[in-house]
Amino acid sequence: MTASDQLQQPGKWADALDKTGVTRADSSGGPTGGPPVDGPLYEKRKSVHNKRIDGPFRRFKWLVMVVTLAIYYVTPWLRWDRGPYAPDQAVLIDLANRRFYMFDIEIWPHEFYFVAGLLIMAGIGLFLVTSAVGRAWCGYACPQTVWTDLFQHVDRFIDGDRNARMRLDKAPWGPSKIARRGGKWGIYLLISLVTGGAWILYFADAPTLFAEFFFGTASPVAYMTVAVLTGTTFWLGGFMREQVCIYMCPWPRIQAAMLDEQSLIVTYKDWRGEQRGSLKKAQKEPEKFGDCIDCRECVAVCPTGIDIREGQQVGCITCALCIDACDRVMKDIGRPRGLIDYATLDQCEAEAAGAPATPAWKALLRPRTFIYFGIWGGIGAAMLFALGTRSHTDLTVSPDRNPAFMLLKDGSVRNAYTLRLRNMEGRPRDMEIALAGLPEGAVLWTDRIGSDAAAPAQTIAVPADETRVVRAYVTVPAGSAADQFSFELTSLDEQREKDTVPTTFAMPGGN
Amino acid sequence: MMADKNRVDEPTGTELVGHEWDGIEELNTPLPRWWLWTFYATIAWSAVYVVLYPAWPMVSQATEGVLGWSSRGALADEMTAADMARVSTFERIAATEITKLSADPELMGQAIAGGAAAFKQHCIQCHGAGAAGYEQYGYPNLNDDDWIWGGEIGEIEYTLTHGIRWDGSDETRITYMPAFEGIFDRAQVDALVGHVLSLSGNGSGNAAGAELYAANCAACHQPSGAGDHAQGAPALNDAIWLYGKSEASIRQQILAPRHGVMPGWSDKLDPVTIRMLAAYVHSRGGGEETISDTPAAEPDEPDVAQAEVSGAEGNDRL
Ligand code: SF4
Ligand code: SF4
Repeated sequence: MTASDQLQQPGKWADALDKTGVTRADSSGGPTGGPPVDGPLYEKRKSVHNKRIDGPFRRFKWLVMVVTLAIYYVTPWLRWDRGPYAPDQAVLIDLANRRFYMFDIEIWPHEFYFVAGLLIMAGIGLFLVTSAVGRAWCGYACPQTVWTDLFQHVDRFIDGDRNARMRLDKAPWGPSKIARRGGKWGIYLLISLVTGGAWILYFADAPTLFAEFFFGTASPVAYMTVAVLTGTTFWLGGFMREQVCIYMCPWPRIQAAMLDEQSLIVTYKDWRGEQRGSLKKAQKEPEKFGDCIDCRECVAVCPTGIDIREGQQVGCITCALCIDACDRVMKDIGRPRGLIDYATLDQCEAEAAGAPATPAWKALLRPRTFIYFGIWGGIGAAMLFALGTRSHTDLTVSPDRNPAFMLLKDGSVRNAYTLRLRNMEGRPRDMEIALAGLPEGAVLWTDRIGSDAAAPAQTIAVPADETRVVRAYVTVPAGSAADQFSFELTSLDEQREKDTVPTTFAMPGGN
Repeated sequence: MMADKNRVDEPTGTELVGHEWDGIEELNTPLPRWWLWTFYATIAWSAVYVVLYPAWPMVSQATEGVLGWSSRGALADEMTAADMARVSTFERIAATEITKLSADPELMGQAIAGGAAAFKQHCIQCHGAGAAGYEQYGYPNLNDDDWIWGGEIGEIEYTLTHGIRWDGSDETRITYMPAFEGIFDRAQVDALVGHVLSLSGNGSGNAAGAELYAANCAACHQPSGAGDHAQGAPALNDAIWLYGKSEASIRQQILAPRHGVMPGWSDKLDPVTIRMLAAYVHSRGGGEETISDTPAAEPDEPDVAQAEVSGAEGNDRL
């Protein structure tokens, strides 16, 4: 059935929309023939009070939460020995000195393509995950999900489970409600503060900045960053919650475009569940009713407060808590698990047509997943190779343009160059600069090495992890001609890294 | 109109404002609360702003605001702060004998950087942005190793301070090449030009020219043509010519010499800036090593206090 066929059946669309609780803008019953909607077009948010649930997916979610939070809070405190000339923080984004440290990797600004590559990998990684396991990022690892989950546990800890919280919501404001709300928001704020506080530790030496932060001597930018991040965590995690996923985040839209009939989603197997009805009715007339006993457990546990039985929808972050909930119900009433389950639309269709259930992992084995994995792995391997083989030495040469050349008393001609010698090692190194391709007698000196010590090659000490700027003068003797030549840089250590930079020698009357 | 006000639009349940154009009516959908409050807050803030900051444009300037803030004042504050930040470096430069400056590479680097900035402001008009001068005007090139008055850093500072043939200083460097117009006949001048060119290996010269040279020129330019810094006599035996090496230009310089003027800067720049300029010019690649510790004429010790005052007043940055 095509979409236009479906359009011819207004009733079906209207039903589906009514079930989702989405009110439409075509209030007068336009071409789709739906009934006019009364009441305002804007629906107020209904707070979500999701119920506690335990099960394999919930436990997995706990695990992911602990691991991701631990990574976030602990990483800045890890130390990594890089010798006396570099910071000893394992992961450090040193904006002031323009260095990015990650364990053994040190990235300079001119190597920012590594960071770009990481971001591209992250992007393709999301595609890969989406093609393999659908919105797993949303369901488990997204910071919005993790912190929302954390805050919902705080709700449960302070106010009790779903019913207690719904009651408290409706209760009038009184001392006890104020105390509870105050306590809860206090804990929110504390979590938010720790979250915002941990962020800045990635940008400076963590122990130092931590101390400075409390003594009031950290930079204003640190306090402002913490304030902003504390505020956004408090607001987005404590109050906006699922609305971020449904209204603000672009990712569900992008993912919606990426999902197809072979993507793993959380789905309610309506051919098995319908006709739904209470356990009592179902026991009375087993042939008339399906497996769903309409206990609404799946809705109660859902962190975004939706009803998965209405079908795939943007509000479903595929956290699979409804699977845990329903599996438990099915166990209690003695039916096989998986009325709500991870499955692809194709699998569902086959199953509905009577084929045996396919294990969900089979959905992973398809070309799209392999292609994404190939690209992702390829970029990763290329970056590792580039990292492993990159040179830690570099030379750039800029000839003086004004004046391009200088005639000297004895008729010799001098050109001046600005050389930048880059030492990316964490120790000072001696480097040799030599002239190649100039006539006999050409010599080199610098602003520090005087013209009396002019020679065809000079040794220059470059400090650890720095670029040394040198003003170099090159002279060719009177009567000789010069044009193209190169500066050759060699590091005078066991690495003997080289860099050769071609440049031009300007002569009077030349060019 | 008032009567219409309470009419309600059936399909949406929204009140009508009462405006109607060709049967199209306007619904009364008020602004969201948060928007409205933000709007009121900006109005309240603007009232505060008008009191605190310059706001109402008047004839010559705007109202001042009780905070007394002005962009001009903010700039002045920043400039003062920048000057204050430089004071310690200035003091150190002032306190270091110019010939000893190179012993402290860091301070020398600061002096060169400061000199480069001052050069862009005061010197490039004649000597060019690259300090290469202009041969056609006789503005000397400061990058090469040919110096008329000496290329030691102290000599350069002296030239900068007192100028060359400059009315403003009694100690200015002064010398005049006599004009030989009417003294030599044409053949004599030709011979002399040939000899002068031969000093730097151009042509073989001639006996008549050599004789004239020995009699008239060697006293200042030296028999070899090496010139004399003390007298400001340019070297004639090298590859560099202030006014160009063509025969015509050499002939003109013998018959009716041009005498360029370099202003001294002692009345416009503070001694520290002059010192930094000297360091910069010396660093351009042609500076000569200091041979004696006391340059021919030591300029007055720069006065630090005076340097600061003139640094604050004498600049034309504002
Ligand atoms: S938890 Fe399962 S049985 Fe209960 S309403 Fe949801 S789908 Fe039906
Ligand atoms: S419908 Fe199920 S999988 Fe989707 S968000 Fe709700 S609980 Fe999670």
